[in-house]
Parts: sequence; C-alpha cells; structure tokens
Amino acid sequence: MTLLSVKNLAIDLARGTDKHRLVSDASWQLDAGETLAIVGESGSGKSLTALAVMGLLADELAAAEGEILLDGVDLLQATQDELRALRGPQMAMVFQEPMTSLNPVKTIGYQLTEGVRHHLGYSAKQAKARALELLDQVGISDATQRLKQYPHQLSGGMRQRVMIAIALACKPKLILADEPTTALDVTIQAQILTLMSRLCREHGVGLVLITHNLGIVARHARRVVVMYGGRVVEEADAIQLYREPRHPYTQGLLASVPRMDSNRETELQPIAGAPPDPFDVIGGCRFNPRCRYVSDQCRAESPVLEDAADHSVACWNWFDVAKGLAIPQESESA
Amino acid sequence: MGIFLLRRLFGAVLVMFAVATLVFFMLRIVPGDPIAAMLADAGGPDEIAAMKRKMGLDQPVIVQYFKWFANMAQGDLGSSIYGSRQPVTQILLEALPRTLSLALIGFVIAIAIGVPAGIISAMKRNTPTDTAVSLFAFLGLSMPDFWLAILLIIVFAANLQWLPAIGYVPMSEGLWAWFSHLILPSIAVGTAFSAIIARMIRSSLLEVLRADYMRTAASKGLPVRALMLNHAFPNAMIPVITVIGIAFALLISGAVVVENVFAIKGLGRVLIGGILNRDYPVVQGAVLVVSAFFVFSNLLVDILYGVIDPRIRLS
Repeated sequence: MTLLSVKNLAIDLARGTDKHRLVSDASWQLDAGETLAIVGESGSGKSLTALAVMGLLADELAAAEGEILLDGVDLLQATQDELRALRGPQMAMVFQEPMTSLNPVKTIGYQLTEGVRHHLGYSAKQAKARALELLDQVGISDATQRLKQYPHQLSGGMRQRVMIAIALACKPKLILADEPTTALDVTIQAQILTLMSRLCREHGVGLVLITHNLGIVARHARRVVVMYGGRVVEEADAIQLYREPRHPYTQGLLASVPRMDSNRETELQPIAGAPPDPFDVIGGCRFNPRCRYVSDQCRAESPVLEDAADHSVACWNWFDVAKGLAIPQESESA
Repeated sequence: MGIFLLRRLFGAVLVMFAVATLVFFMLRIVPGDPIAAMLADAGGPDEIAAMKRKMGLDQPVIVQYFKWFANMAQGDLGSSIYGSRQPVTQILLEALPRTLSLALIGFVIAIAIGVPAGIISAMKRNTPTDTAVSLFAFLGLSMPDFWLAILLIIVFAANLQWLPAIGYVPMSEGLWAWFSHLILPSIAVGTAFSAIIARMIRSSLLEVLRADYMRTAASKGLPVRALMLNHAFPNAMIPVITVIGIAFALLISGAVVVENVFAIKGLGRVLIGGILNRDYPVVQGAVLVVSAFFVFSNLLVDILYGVIDPRIRLS
C-alpha cells in the first residue's frame, strides 16, 4: 500500500521578484513499512524534497507545483494547523547535524517527551515511561540518568540516537532521515543506520533515507531514487540499480565509491566538474556539462523520466550507456 | 557552585578594592583641594595650614590612604569635611534608597517595554510593525536622558499637571506619593535602556529562530507558542542577560544626571556635590557604592547564566 506519494513536485526559491526553480517535476512513491533512498550530491534538491513533505521549507521557499500525498491527504493543500497535527504522530524527521539539532538548554527528557505530551496527552509519568522505553529501543543505557542530562553531555552518536528516539516517540508511519550519519564517525555511521533500519522494520515505519553515499544504500533501502540538479534522473530497485546503472551520473556515483568486490588496482573515478549552481541556467539535460557521453540532443532538450521495466531513467542515451555501447567524448580538459 | 560563588565573591571584593584605591589617588592628583574650595579667598596661609592639620591632610598621601583604608575595613567611611561633618555612611544611606528606587522602577519600565517589543519585532520581522518598533527604539536610544527628562517635565508636570515635577517622597509617606514622584524620572532613565533591550532581543531571537534545534522542535508539530516560549526565548536570553546586567549598572550612573534634573537628592547629587567641593570622603564613599553595583550586577549575571544555560553551569 502506498504510504507517501510525491507527484510532479516543484520547489521555488523567491528572491524579491526573482524566482528560481530548485526542484522540478520530482515524483516517487514509498510503500508502508518500506525503505526508499534518495541519493544525490549537495544541492540536488533531496533535502528540500524532504522538508517540503514535512511542511518545514524556509520562508523564501515554496512548493509551487505538484502533490504530496500522505495516506491520501495532500500535504501541500493542508493548513499549518493540520500539518502540525500530522508532524509527530504521522511523520517525523531525523536531521543531519545531531550536534546542533537538540536544544542546548533543555534536558533530553524534556525534548523526548514533548511530542507525546502534546499530541497524545500523556501525563508526566506516562511520558517518562515512554521516554525510558524509547531510550532502551535506541540502545542508550542508563536511561533514567540520561533523561536529566543536557545535549552537551552526550556524544554525537548518542545524540543521533536521541533524535531517532524523538522521531519514533509518537509512533509515526513515516520517518524522513536527512543524511542522518554524515556528521558522525565512520564507525558509528553503520551502527546508526542499522539501528534505524531495524527499528523502522520492527515498527512498520516507512523510511526515506536521504544520502549522498550510494555505498550505504544497498544494505538498507529497497528502492533508490537518484536526484541531480533538482530532478529525478533515475529510479530503480537497489539491486537492479547496482547491477545496471542507466544514467551516466549514477554510473559516476558508483564508480566513485570503493567496493569490496572490485579490483584493488582499479582507481576510483571522480565525476568531473562540480554540482551545478541552482541559479545557473543549463539548457537541456542538467548533467550535460559533466557528462562523458554528451550529445547535441542533450544540450538542446531536457530528457524526461522514462519507465522501462520498473527502472526509470531520464537520459537520451540511456540504452547505450547502460549496455556499455556509448562512446565517451574526449574530455575537454584532458 | 559553592566554590564558584566564593571565588567570584573574592574577585568582586578585589575589584572594589582596586577601584577604591584608584579613586583615592585620582582625587588627590586632580588640581584644587578642599581647603581652597572651603575658604575661597577668605583665609591666609596660617589658617589654611591649621585647617589641613585638622583634617589630616598635612600627612603624606600614603599615610592618609592607609588610615582611610583601615577605617573603611571597619565600616567607617569617614565624615564629610563640611559644616555638619555628617558621617559618609549616613549620607549614603539617605541617598541610596532614592537612587535605587529610581533605577529599579526605570529597570522594570525598560524590561516591560523592551522585552515584548523585541519579541514582536522579531516575530513580525520586516513588516511595518517591525519597522515601527525599530524606529521607536532608535528614537529612544538617540534621545539624551536629561533632554527627555526636561521634555517629560514640560509635558506631564507643567502643562498637563498629572504628575509632580521634582523631588522625592519616601515610601513611608504613602506608596502613591513615592511612586508618582518617580514615574517621570524612571521613564527618563529607562527609555534608552528599553530600546537597547528591544534591539538585542530582536537580533538574538532572529538568530535563534534559524537554529537547527528550532527546526527539530517544529518537526515535532508543536504550536508556535511552545516553540517561541519553550525553545527560542531561553536561548535568545543568553546574550541579552549580559546586556541587561551591564545596563542595570549603567542605570545607576544614568540616574546621576536625571536626579539633577528632577532635584532628587540621590547618589548622583551626592557624588556631583562631593566632586565640586573636593569632599574627598564623600566622593570615595559614593564611588565605592557605585562600583559595588557594577561588580555585583555582573556577579548576578554570571549566576543567571548558569541558571539559563546548562553548558555553563558546571564550569
């Protein structure tokens, strides 16, 4: 059953009278209890999409077109009050920076129980019991003591566990995790991801995992959406995507991540160039300035997301690219 | 916490000791002396010498200093060198309630206006409301307090005759009598302060509202009121507390000027009279009291920090 459905979403940034489209025509779906990964470089619009779902876009940003349906309710048409009632019991978010995402002057217990007291009307005693249960679930020992502590007394990994506990507090159906491990030590990253996947699976929570690291996706997500320059460029099952990446950008992403099964002599290949500035106007496919297989058509026309056997891709030359038939252009810088 | 307090208290006493010493020697470096001020052209050299001996001013400065210091340590600040030779402690005890009343009411007025104004203009940022509040804040900040004081007297005392223009009535003679005499001077003292607080709260709140933890709080679906009062305000107050602490001490010194306009015989008038007459003991005593206010309001701020911000509490 579809839990969350994003259809043709566009997000605009208004600066004075100017409008910049930061995300255009983004569509994807998430089934209940499933995990979906959104992958892309910074500025690809993946975090904006998540914030749009939560209704937490900054003032100067607005979802200009499309629909976001959560259990059939269009969140873009909902009032602020309606959204507030959904945040917590229906959907929750885990943010990137555990160091700054908790209020420094409030105790862990306060921040953990705020949601259940407000939404579910828990008494102080009930809320405390729930908090202890949550801390236990996210693997924080000495829970009674932790409730009285302040964020600065906890390590980064510990704080991210608290953030996950806060997200789980009101038993939401959907959790959006925006690069939840980027700010953490590498050794902690795997722990946190495994914990989050396990908890979401156990509680039947749909998880949208936003990341720039394709390497961590395979183990945790069933489906993957790849975003580039504010557009969805590829969507497929994780296994299918690894087996046959169809978009040159996805191929680039995979080639730039070390793999256990690859030959050690093979050098990692970075994607040439830098992610596009959202304010730059790029004609045609937004990836064309960095693409090895660029053709005249790529510069002239923007490709649309084409569905082929449950594996969508937005690339004019995807078939040749996917089957290794495309011939790379001579790099201009070489 | 106990050790922290003890250490800070010791520091506070040390600062006051330094201030007292500095003032003692500065007064004696400044040209002119009490004898000249007292006798003007009337006395001859013999009379001057006699007078000096009588007051102990013929001794070396360093001896005078140690004598004064030894007395002060016993709680004796000496006596005015004029006429009645009133003890300095008595003069200060009479003046202090007036200045304190003025500063406290001014403080309350400033907070009562400044805090809501700051919150409103931060929440309604870049709207006409915000602009209006900012405009008033700049107006209040730019007006010299003595000028505002005179303006208030002209309007509310002279023309409208709602409130008394000058003087001070102790609280024992009726709460309203006391209060009504203090309204105008308190407004004069507090206006600039309220403008500073409003501006500080506005900028501090705007910064806090952009913080990551505000987004986290919003993601919990809390109402705006809870977001502002429980999450934003305590954080926004941390830098504002510093300013409030310093400004409270400044209120005491601001009262010096305003007291003169309203003819309130508070600390300010004592201080100015003392300086004009080179009344060394009185000036020394008054400066000691003012410095005590500075030092202790700073101490209070440090303690408040710990109350508001748990990150500072343990250190």
